[in-house]
Amino acid sequence: MVRFLLRRLTVAILVALTVLTLSFLLTRLSGDLAISIAGPNATQQDVEMIRQAYGLNRPLAQQYLDWLVRAVQGDFGESFFFKDRVANLIAHRLPITLTLGLVGLALALVVALPLGIIAAVREGSYVDRGVMLVALIGQAMPSFWLGLILMVVLGLNLGWLPISGTGGWEYYVMPGIVLSFSAIPSLMRLTRSGMIEALSSDYIRTARAKGLSRISILVKHGFRNAAIPVVSIAAVQLGFMLGGSIVIETVFAMHGVGYLAWESISKNDFPVVQAVILVLALIYIALTLLADLLNAVLDPRLRTS
Amino acid sequence: MTALLEVQDLRVTFGGTAAVRGASLAVAKGETHCLVGESGCGKSVTSLAIMGLLARGGRREASALRFAGLEIGGLNEREMSRLRGDRMAMIFQEPMTSLNPAYTVGSQMTEVLRRHRGATRAQAVDRAAELLGRVGITAPGLRLGQFPHQLSGGLRQRVMIAMALMCDPELLIADEPTTALDVTVQAQILRLLAGLQRDLGLGILLITHDLGVVARIADRVSVMYAGEVVESAPTAELFGNPRHPYTRGLLACVPVPGKVKRGDPLGSIPGVVPRIPPGFRGCAFRDRCEYAHAECSGPIPRQQAGPGHEVLCTLALAA
Repeated sequence: MVRFLLRRLTVAILVALTVLTLSFLLTRLSGDLAISIAGPNATQQDVEMIRQAYGLNRPLAQQYLDWLVRAVQGDFGESFFFKDRVANLIAHRLPITLTLGLVGLALALVVALPLGIIAAVREGSYVDRGVMLVALIGQAMPSFWLGLILMVVLGLNLGWLPISGTGGWEYYVMPGIVLSFSAIPSLMRLTRSGMIEALSSDYIRTARAKGLSRISILVKHGFRNAAIPVVSIAAVQLGFMLGGSIVIETVFAMHGVGYLAWESISKNDFPVVQAVILVLALIYIALTLLADLLNAVLDPRLRTS
Repeated sequence: MTALLEVQDLRVTFGGTAAVRGASLAVAKGETHCLVGESGCGKSVTSLAIMGLLARGGRREASALRFAGLEIGGLNEREMSRLRGDRMAMIFQEPMTSLNPAYTVGSQMTEVLRRHRGATRAQAVDRAAELLGRVGITAPGLRLGQFPHQLSGGLRQRVMIAMALMCDPELLIADEPTTALDVTVQAQILRLLAGLQRDLGLGILLITHDLGVVARIADRVSVMYAGEVVESAPTAELFGNPRHPYTRGLLACVPVPGKVKRGDPLGSIPGVVPRIPPGFRGCAFRDRCEYAHAECSGPIPRQQAGPGHEVLCTLALAA
């Protein structure tokens, strides 16, 4: 167990370092930074000054090391556009994105798990086929389009929810629904197939032979085993949702990290873009690690060998 | 002797295929009753049908299905689940996969007693430890905290047996409990079952295709062929005076030390258990039977061949 986790932790650190390096290289590859910072009206002298000021004239390796040391300490420099520390910007915006992602995941689980279980129990029935059809539609629907539909119906026509903006819980409902839609189909399919496999297993027959209640057979003995892959995928899906928040936050004008990324990209504000990519990637890595940990908790064969 | 379990004219179909075609058998209180036959003859399906554990798509009918005087054929799933694990228990052929990999042995054992008897956790743990000791597991306390994958096949089957005994059942159905185990372990498990049966007065319905096992522990034997019980008799009577050609064939397949000379061919029954089409009449064994004659495609009489000895055959075979 400890060895398993140490191995996963080592891999996670290596991936994080790779992401750090790539995000550094990407900004350096996309043209001369000094020119893009200086803007179209700058003179050659201005560009040279900026190059000096930001240390862009130093060897690449030195710039990289310098940047790496500060990035590891949480110092991503200063935004060109917002005139604020990048770390501050992200610290302000990240809670919004994380809340949105968690709302999306919670909604997805609340819908996907029961439907997946019901579909598995009634395998081959109309209920099963109906659920799978909904999964197919959900998978095929672009999230920005669903977002617009929800805005028109729930926001404009019914007036139940605010159309866009950042604020209290009601602002999270529609974007949360849209985000959850991207995760529901895969979670539901996985729950269904896992449950079908579990329910046809010998230990379920044993559970029935022991006269256990239906709920205990389905949930305690069936779902517990079907849940192992679902947990991994749910963690990965949360990572996708956080990445996908760039689209959703832009559609719903929520001022989270995704919106920040979109703004910074359009303003060529490279320290911010770099930091956002980095933070999202690190969260993703952390989530994968968390999934491994949860798997080990859920699967005793992993834990005790 | 009062019958603990009485099955009359049991029929099980999957889709249009008949797996059991009118099987009848009775298990007396405290008796070990062996159900033997080739693979595919309907032994396992019969046992699952009695427990109400048929896989999806299986349909069960019987003119009588009585357990301890109670007609259980018409019980619904909820009523059946109150009996299962409590008064009638079952163990299976595959000890490796029959325990849930996600829970400890203790958790899986205690839930039976807690479900049926409303026992407290502590009571259930005590009972589980006591039974693990009873089935010959040393260090029960340690085993209770272990997961199935940490145990060998023989230990898992002992755990399954102990788990089946949690509520002191009157009937234990064992579906080929030793088939997946090493020969040495097989003998241990069988001795264990025989001992438990003696000490607890348990009625056992043991499904097996191993006639050696039958000879050692059965009080009574029923021979199944193609979904029917073709012969049923007390063990000594069946081995000493088999009447059905199929039973004779089965017995001829087993080498007996001292009787079979080295180099002599072992007996065998040509062919395999046939698929029985719907509307089939007559004896299902007639295509493989050397004594088959015209009457075998008509209705087959159930004959009394001696005290407690029934045979389903048109022939009156000499001893």
